[in-house]
Amino acid sequence: MSTQLPQDITTQIDKFLAKFPDDQRQSAVISSLFVVQNNNGGWLSTELMDAVADYIGMPKIAVYEVASFYSLFDLEEVGKHKIYLCTNIACMLRGSKSIAQYLQSKLNIKFNETTADGKVTLKSAECLGACGGAPMLQLDDQYHENLTFERIDALLEELD
Amino acid sequence: MEINKVCYRALHVPNSWTLDAYQSIGGYKVWRKILQEKTDPNKIIEQLKESGLRGRGGAGFPTATKWTFIKRDMPGQKYVVCNSDEGEPGTFKDRDIMRYNPHQLLEGIAIAGYVMGASVAYNYIRGEYREPIARMEAALAEANAARLLGKDILGSGFDMHIHNVEGAGAYICGEETALLDSLEGKKGLPRFKPPFPAAHGVYGKPTTVNNTETLASVPVILETGKYGNYKIFSVSGHVNKPGNYEVPLGITFRELLDLAGGMLDGKKLKAVIPGGSSAPVLPAEQIMDMPMDFDSLAKAGTMLGSGAVIVLNEDTCMVELLARISDFYMEESCGQCTPCREGTGWMARILHRILHGEGSKEDIDKLDSIASGIMGHTICALGDAAAMPVQSFIKHFRQEFVAKI
Amino acid sequence: MIKLEIDGETVEAEEGSSIIENADRLQIPIPRFCYHHKLSVAANCRMCLVHVENSRKPMPACATPVAEGMKVWTKSKEAVAAQHAVMEFLLVNHPLDCPICDQGGECELQDVAMGYGRDYSRYDEPKRAVIDQNLGPLIATDMTRCIHCTRCVRFGEEISGQREMGATGRGENTEIGTFIEQNVDSEVSANIIDLCPVGALTSKPFRFKARTWEMRQHPGIGTHDCIGANIYLHVHNEQVMRVVPRENERLNEIWLADRDRFSYTAVLHDERIRKPMIRKQDKWHVVSWVEALKYAISGIKLISQKYGAENFGALISPSASVEEQYLLQKLMRGLGINNIDHRLRQVDFRMQEAEPLYPTLGVDFADIEKQQAILVVGGNIPKEHPNLALKLRKAVVQGGSIACINPVAYKFNFDLLAEEITGTLIKSLQQVLDVLEQKSTGTAAVNKIAHMLRDDSGDKLIILGQLALQHPRAAELKALAIRISNITGAKFGFCSNGANAAGAWISGCVPHRMPGGHPTDEIGKHAGEMLEKPLRGYLLYGVEPEFDSVFGNKALTSVSESDFVVAVASYTSESIKQIADVILPIAQLVEMTGNYINVDGIWQELRAVTKPFGESRPGWKVLRVLANMAELEGFDYTDVSQVTDEICEIECAEKFVQNTLSAEPEEINNLKRFAPVSLYAVDGTVRRAGPLQQTADANLEPRICINQNTAKYIGLADGAYASVHSGGYHVKLKVLIDTQVADQVVIINQANRLTNPLPAHLTSVEVKQC
Repeated sequence: MSTQLPQDITTQIDKFLAKFPDDQRQSAVISSLFVVQNNNGGWLSTELMDAVADYIGMPKIAVYEVASFYSLFDLEEVGKHKIYLCTNIACMLRGSKSIAQYLQSKLNIKFNETTADGKVTLKSAECLGACGGAPMLQLDDQYHENLTFERIDALLEELD
Repeated sequence: MEINKVCYRALHVPNSWTLDAYQSIGGYKVWRKILQEKTDPNKIIEQLKESGLRGRGGAGFPTATKWTFIKRDMPGQKYVVCNSDEGEPGTFKDRDIMRYNPHQLLEGIAIAGYVMGASVAYNYIRGEYREPIARMEAALAEANAARLLGKDILGSGFDMHIHNVEGAGAYICGEETALLDSLEGKKGLPRFKPPFPAAHGVYGKPTTVNNTETLASVPVILETGKYGNYKIFSVSGHVNKPGNYEVPLGITFRELLDLAGGMLDGKKLKAVIPGGSSAPVLPAEQIMDMPMDFDSLAKAGTMLGSGAVIVLNEDTCMVELLARISDFYMEESCGQCTPCREGTGWMARILHRILHGEGSKEDIDKLDSIASGIMGHTICALGDAAAMPVQSFIKHFRQEFVAKI
Repeated sequence: MIKLEIDGETVEAEEGSSIIENADRLQIPIPRFCYHHKLSVAANCRMCLVHVENSRKPMPACATPVAEGMKVWTKSKEAVAAQHAVMEFLLVNHPLDCPICDQGGECELQDVAMGYGRDYSRYDEPKRAVIDQNLGPLIATDMTRCIHCTRCVRFGEEISGQREMGATGRGENTEIGTFIEQNVDSEVSANIIDLCPVGALTSKPFRFKARTWEMRQHPGIGTHDCIGANIYLHVHNEQVMRVVPRENERLNEIWLADRDRFSYTAVLHDERIRKPMIRKQDKWHVVSWVEALKYAISGIKLISQKYGAENFGALISPSASVEEQYLLQKLMRGLGINNIDHRLRQVDFRMQEAEPLYPTLGVDFADIEKQQAILVVGGNIPKEHPNLALKLRKAVVQGGSIACINPVAYKFNFDLLAEEITGTLIKSLQQVLDVLEQKSTGTAAVNKIAHMLRDDSGDKLIILGQLALQHPRAAELKALAIRISNITGAKFGFCSNGANAAGAWISGCVPHRMPGGHPTDEIGKHAGEMLEKPLRGYLLYGVEPEFDSVFGNKALTSVSESDFVVAVASYTSESIKQIADVILPIAQLVEMTGNYINVDGIWQELRAVTKPFGESRPGWKVLRVLANMAELEGFDYTDVSQVTDEICEIECAEKFVQNTLSAEPEEINNLKRFAPVSLYAVDGTVRRAGPLQQTADANLEPRICINQNTAKYIGLADGAYASVHSGGYHVKLKVLIDTQVADQVVIINQANRLTNPLPAHLTSVEVKQC
């Protein structure tokens, strides 16, 4: 039997579905995948993607296409927290390279790796639209701008 | 010079994102008036035309003209889509509109819906913008509760259902037809045009796609009859006060640089990318007294684009910068059409070789030729966007590339 | 019409058509990869860029609609520059491994690169490599060669209606495939091999077998269903190396069922018979043709003399050629034997005199897609007649509605307007009739079906599927369908079993009609009577009783209990060796010449493309010599075409009695078994096609499929073993709980080694835990 989504998840998906015409359930797939991903420690397993496909009523491969296309979906296990450090030009001009080095050495991982304790996954991000506060990063849902080494220390300190 | 008078007019109000704050500065006045007077949509279009408002997403298409493509009395469902998928490197204006003035955007969307007879609108917001999404959702709930949106608004018989929809991390979804595909729950792949969204948009229905800033400008323009020529510049890079500045188009770069506090650490200006990373770069001597408007920049061989002004000082390595820009287009190419899918990676790889001192003399011309091979040969403008920086960097800073070889 | 200019030539074009369509019509070559005339326009490969006057940039010819006064140049400097640029991009990450690529010689990329590519590569960076996925036994992948044209993806979306392939990831890391490694299971999956312009998707059974230029191409037809899809056989060294589609807009368009494409792999199966054989003292002896034929004919004569001709029966495959069918009945009737039949899966023979001249769909196959309303009764169409399912899908895509009455909520490749899922097909069809006659109302689905058939103004059709045709009360279902069609104006028809049931009817391979459908006074026994109680002797022509008959092993027992059995066959098997007394080896489908009459009544010729295996001989010759030896008149043929001509000269009967049977009430007392035949068990050839037998549809391990209610009622769990009993027979199988099955319905496939012990004509069954 295939995995079924728990009711608290489907209730949330139903809210997204309500935004779209009845015959356009596929429109809710991105939001649904976010809900499912957040409920699964930040990543999507094949079983969960299949469950979303079944619930929304779309071909499984169409869900895989979406999940593998957008950068905010992770298809492999990730750390408890995700750090997206912007490395695009506006941040680069304001020192994102040294922030990147600092973060990597501090966490002792490279980009697209997870710390040994499973706490943090570090990613390099494309422009996150906060160039006025460059260099910046996104920690889970939160933006942090005008980064310095001290800010990084504080941020990592606060992580549970 | 007046600044921050249109989309950012609420910035000075505490908790500007709330309904109360917005109404305190005259928010929803225009919308109520339209509903009450049942204003002739043509009159609204006429006012917009007079204001000279041009699309703020990058292409600069006259908004009033776009709004005439969909007629109010056309049968069947029509849609308004707000493009809040801000992603052009260097651009961060729409984020602040949604964070600080979400109701004005809702009002603008509602008016667009009224003009085109679309009772449903989607505001597609990039998935990383959690805070703006939360602000938009809260504002939407307030507006719906106040019966300013929804069914039979204020007894006018007019319906307007606005929904916020989130993206999930793909620059290409800022391209309007890719956005429509994404809205339909697919990969964001740009569609070949024709047909245009006005004829065949979301779910195959007539659809108007406008940028956030464009729609948020509408209430103020209609209220005041002014400010059609105001534009937000997102200034970033080597300046003392990076940030958004909503100023009249035609302001010279020198004035804009002054507003942004001048060059960081007093360094010398080397060059400026005037309209987001896709825009061809201009060397300091060409940009300094350039009026920052659509036509002047076009004449200079670059573009106003989204108004993202990236300022580069004398220490900037142009090879490294271009390599990073090329990485971006490689990363964000949707992979649909051949020249962009294969060409963006090719250029990026050559650039990294050059950057690491492994380039050859032929590489520079090859880069230029690859860029020409992409240019104009793809479904959407991402191919061109990837090609233009390469060509302009080589054109203006060839010696820096040669020096790396 | 619109006037435009292409390369200086003035062209009249239809409004809304594209530049490429018109260029193709005028044979002006424009290179392309993603464009395909049967698929939607993707405009993603960019190879067809052409120069259009007043356009800022080159335009894709596939996606650009023509306009009045438009001027197009396909070979201008601008156009050629664009085409060269795109060609280079296509090749940068392509492995250029043509010498070891199966597509070499018929590769669109190779061909176009000759015209538009450079003679060296400017690409000095590392090339992309893609890890391959195993897509199952039919399709080989080399995805590093993929150029992302998405034809295979669009095929699934648009044509087969089963999205299996997708484009995952993005940018240069976009990968075409199934994402999760899994077999592609659709019954028409291998069409993506033809669609793939490069060597990314190739035929797995054909892999590295021959180069395209080494093979000779012969036209042929598919011989596993009554549609008769058009094919080409590619032959090298007296061996069929592969089968590809031959375009025929009236039938298969360009699509082949995997069954028609890969059944050639059975041609040289181990069970092919090399020489004639006879059994003496329970041992098989290879003998000369003369001896074997003499043995056969004297045996038949002996049985007829000893027990009477009514105690000998001939059963012929519905997939034999019309010439073989005609000669067999002529031989048998010449010997006074009237027990002749091809209807091996039929259970209900009532009203056989009311059957039309030959079975049809009621409308031309090509017109299925034009139907506005279609009712399917008792059929899993995609798994019975894949090409018909593609047509049904087309009807839906073009705005038609399809509804069904079925014992299982089958997964169709099209959306249904309504489905009545029930074990009582007759009852539900009667209800549809009652609603139409305003006698009563039915279930919601029945009402919708009646509404659909009554209200739709366009063409309407009722199709009976295999489960209806095999139904023990099939004659009542047919009578109901006819009454409904009389009321609603819907046409009525079905796809018969085998490739040439139409030929069998027309040539007189039924016990109650002579060639041409003319009635006879000497009505023989039908297949049911011949197999239910043993006769004294049988001639089996291309028939393996336990697999080809609805009676399963019981049919085998009946035959084995007789005194003398002649097996005329291409393949032998352990059971044939047990029951037969003489085996006469005949040419396999690709080795013989003959005609097949399809569901539209179209005669299609099959010509031998290789020599017969071993000493086997064309079937028509074997039958002729048997008749000659029996000293029958009128068997002086020297060529098969003389047989064909003789059949063609027969004037066919036109009027037949009406099936006015009224349906009796139908209830399920216990449990009711339905017995589908797997797609890949329909005849001896596909049962021996190795690659097809490795697919999921081969259903090698059939289960007892019941729904959760039935399972609960009996006390069975998913995966447990249970035994099914009926009429003193039983089988033990694993249980599969399938929520799609109707209440009180048990689905157990027939034509399978494991299920053959339980004859499929017995539908009232008991299921017990064990």
